[in-house]
Amino acid sequence: MSAEGHDHGHDHEHEHHHKDTFITKYIFSIDHKMIAKQYLLTGIVMGIIGVGMSMLFRMQLAWPEESFKIFNFLLGDKFAPDGVMTNDIYLALVTIHGTIMVFFVLTAALSGTFSNLLIPLQIGARDMASGFMNMISYWLFFLSSVIMICSLFVESGPASAGWTIYPPLSALPQAIGGSGAGMTLWLVSMAIFIASSLMGSLNYVVTVINLRTKGMSMTRLPLTIWAFFVTALIGIISFPVLLSAALLLIMDRSFGTSFFLSDIYIAGEVLHYQGGSPVLFEHLFWFLGHPEVYIVLLPALGITSEVIATNSRKPIFGYRAMIMSILAIAFLSTIVWGHHMFISGMNPFLGSVFTFTTLLIAIPSAVKAFNYITTLWKGNLQLNPAMLFSIGLVSTFITGGLTGIILGDSTLDINVHDTYFVVAHFHLVMGISALYGMFAGIYHWFPKMFGRMLNKNLGYVHFWVTAVCAYGVFFPMHFIGLAGLPRRYYTNTNFPLFDDLQNVNVLITMFALVGGAFQLVFLYNFFSSIFYGKRTIQNPWKSNTLEWTAPIEHIHGNWPGEIPHVYRWPYDYSKPGHDEDFVPQNIPMKEGEEVLHH
Amino acid sequence: MTSLLVIIVLVLLAIALWQLTKIFDLTQVGADSNNSQIANDDDNNVQGYLMFGFLAFIYIFTIYGLIKWGHLVLHTPASEHGGEIDNLMNITWVLIFIVQTITQALLYYYAFKYRGKKEQKALYFSDNNKLEAIWSIIPAVVLAGLILYGLYAWTNIMFIDEEEDVMVVEVYAQQFKWTARYAGEDNVLGKANVRYIEGVNTLGVDLADPNAQDDIVVSELHIPKGKKVHFRFRSQDVLHSAYFPQFRAQMNCVPGMVTEFAFTPIYTTAEYREMAFMQEKVANINILRAKKSAELVAKGQPPLDPYSFDYLLLCNKICGSSHYNMQMKVVVDTPEEYKKWLSDKPLLVDEVKASLAPPAPVEGAKVIDSAKTDTAAVSKIAMK
Repeated sequence: MSAEGHDHGHDHEHEHHHKDTFITKYIFSIDHKMIAKQYLLTGIVMGIIGVGMSMLFRMQLAWPEESFKIFNFLLGDKFAPDGVMTNDIYLALVTIHGTIMVFFVLTAALSGTFSNLLIPLQIGARDMASGFMNMISYWLFFLSSVIMICSLFVESGPASAGWTIYPPLSALPQAIGGSGAGMTLWLVSMAIFIASSLMGSLNYVVTVINLRTKGMSMTRLPLTIWAFFVTALIGIISFPVLLSAALLLIMDRSFGTSFFLSDIYIAGEVLHYQGGSPVLFEHLFWFLGHPEVYIVLLPALGITSEVIATNSRKPIFGYRAMIMSILAIAFLSTIVWGHHMFISGMNPFLGSVFTFTTLLIAIPSAVKAFNYITTLWKGNLQLNPAMLFSIGLVSTFITGGLTGIILGDSTLDINVHDTYFVVAHFHLVMGISALYGMFAGIYHWFPKMFGRMLNKNLGYVHFWVTAVCAYGVFFPMHFIGLAGLPRRYYTNTNFPLFDDLQNVNVLITMFALVGGAFQLVFLYNFFSSIFYGKRTIQNPWKSNTLEWTAPIEHIHGNWPGEIPHVYRWPYDYSKPGHDEDFVPQNIPMKEGEEVLHH
Repeated sequence: MTSLLVIIVLVLLAIALWQLTKIFDLTQVGADSNNSQIANDDDNNVQGYLMFGFLAFIYIFTIYGLIKWGHLVLHTPASEHGGEIDNLMNITWVLIFIVQTITQALLYYYAFKYRGKKEQKALYFSDNNKLEAIWSIIPAVVLAGLILYGLYAWTNIMFIDEEEDVMVVEVYAQQFKWTARYAGEDNVLGKANVRYIEGVNTLGVDLADPNAQDDIVVSELHIPKGKKVHFRFRSQDVLHSAYFPQFRAQMNCVPGMVTEFAFTPIYTTAEYREMAFMQEKVANINILRAKKSAELVAKGQPPLDPYSFDYLLLCNKICGSSHYNMQMKVVVDTPEEYKKWLSDKPLLVDEVKASLAPPAPVEGAKVIDSAKTDTAAVSKIAMK
């Protein structure tokens, strides 16, 4: 391994003790730990916006076209005259909520925070392979966030064609107000976002391959690192395709090409477009869009693996099977995108193929779920808030994943496609699960990030209210979806057929408002603990991984002196023959100690 | 006023929480401050019981949902293939419920049973190939069954047999309405393209096409019971999705291409209205509507109409501002009723002729208006 050579270079640099100014330390930092914190803070801000929007449109769905002062206050006279939300801004809110949550919170903030924080610390590296590129990656992300937020304020309204931005709706300003300047900014923001994501991903991959410390073979990597590594690979494979789709869409919108458009008559005139196909866009979009689900989910599962093993005081069950299933999921995720398009008009034979590949994903997913459950079995569970969120993740991953068997089956998809059933499914399996993974990561590694502990009781309150509300919101949605209620309807009052679903919608909104409001508990805990939390000890969770061997105070290069060497896998918890119930990876094997795992 | 109340409640809640955590903190006085935020045995105990309680919550919520909302779910499909879909759906649901019940029980029960205690030692159990094999193979076998059944049904539904005796109907989507075109005697639709849109020929039918001569354009969809209807979907502007929930049928309408779906209705609208579950549903909806009407009348607004069931065609792909109100009534008639209904509908060619004949004052204005756009369209066609 090249780790040793690398060490020397950094040790040397370290001795120089180069002085940090405020700007190089907090703003244009190239230190992976600071960049991780920057990602997290930006993600939290974006998360507040994204979740806040969902609360607004949930209110509209429960009490359609009723007047709320808060609508007028937040959306203004144009989009909420007299406090009544307009249909245009409803669609915009739905669109931007999806965009922000999927890309900015669960992709960038989740991967960005924990890949950056943990990859160097857990593999025993001084920093990322390219600290400079890492910094650029963050600042491009920041720029794209700023542009996305700016797009909320353009006169014709933000993008409102749904987060999947299918043309022609997204291509023609005549079709919907949001497809004017709002959509342009959306596309520009996403193009920059993709550049940021690619730089981050390349960095993660290179770092994991090249900078592991001595003894850290691939089969001794913590599962977090495996998850981040594979996530980065999927990102590198699929994000460029979205970029090309976005660029072609920009061409169609601004330069008169016809990649996605054909035979269109709108606003009283025939447009010149001919020969393009919106279905092509759907293929390109979902070629990223589906792997994206796993880009969101795998890091959360990686975090969960680590948190569950540590807090169960037990090795993760089936370490190799976990790696194999991560790889299998990653591979399959790139060949299942067509299940979003069963009824798009593509050849039904393609639908058959995609049904087959899609349902295959259930197998590695089932392996993961069962392995988590078996890890709990006969453990000594330390029910810290991070552990609660991890268990919650396994729960929602199962509940949400199981309904995937219905949606992945082309025959059954016919009647539930684009209904609230889909909304319930993907929110549970990737939205809530990934969010739980992110919370688990924050509660677990907060001491590593800030040197202080989060208040556990606030953490408990946060988890239980969130858990009840998450089920309260998304469980009833299955029923209204199965009743045939389409998603993205501003109101259902034009369909007396759906009048009996209104009570359910009110209940869902109640849960959403309470659940959303209780995230303030987390925010308070997070921000007050940064400054006033109890000081942490070096290894509060008695964990085996290398990050806890680094000093609490952050230093450039992570470890003073030599980087620890690794002598064992990361899951020697409660190993027979040891006094403590954990044996960190940097502890050499005792004489006669055997490797007990395979 | 309400917002003020909400704010007060929120503030009080926050204070209550803060006090609560203070109390929690006070109970830990004297504990090593550095360990105070790490779960101790008391925490594990409380949280373990809560885990068990949450398992109960999930189960109770599921049962409550099934009882309270179970009847809302679509059932009794009104099309021939719908039974097959519902059957597969039911099998899948049974499997899902079994897996969900068992795995959630294990997850939360273990979280409760093995909650941490000082003297407890975890079992070092790192892997077991037999177990891994079991939970790879069982899902694989079950899924293989589901996939095979699913693909069998999918093939039956989606591949339309050209030889079969079907009735061809075009469903045409535009922001924000549906139109239907019947193929007439020859059962072949005339060619069409948006570039032919002109005056009353809003679907852009090529009037020179011999097959178009007997085409009929209507704004309400009637189909005869027991006859397989081969729908051909077109859209003139953006993506739409033609969703017939009661018929278990859905297909996107894509500008620039024709998409297809075929189904055979098996209950007339009248028959479906008569069904016990539907009468109950409609009665329930009308109670809700009466309540709402009373509120509206009290505010001086007109009351809501009472509801009677109709099959609907909904748009189920976001298509613009009024996406939420893009619908068409679908009526399933007996074959005789259907024939009678269709017989007095004018042919499209005749409608076009009538609109071009000596203009009535109001219609004339429309023709001149559209003539402008027509020349634009025609010149564009000429260009290519």
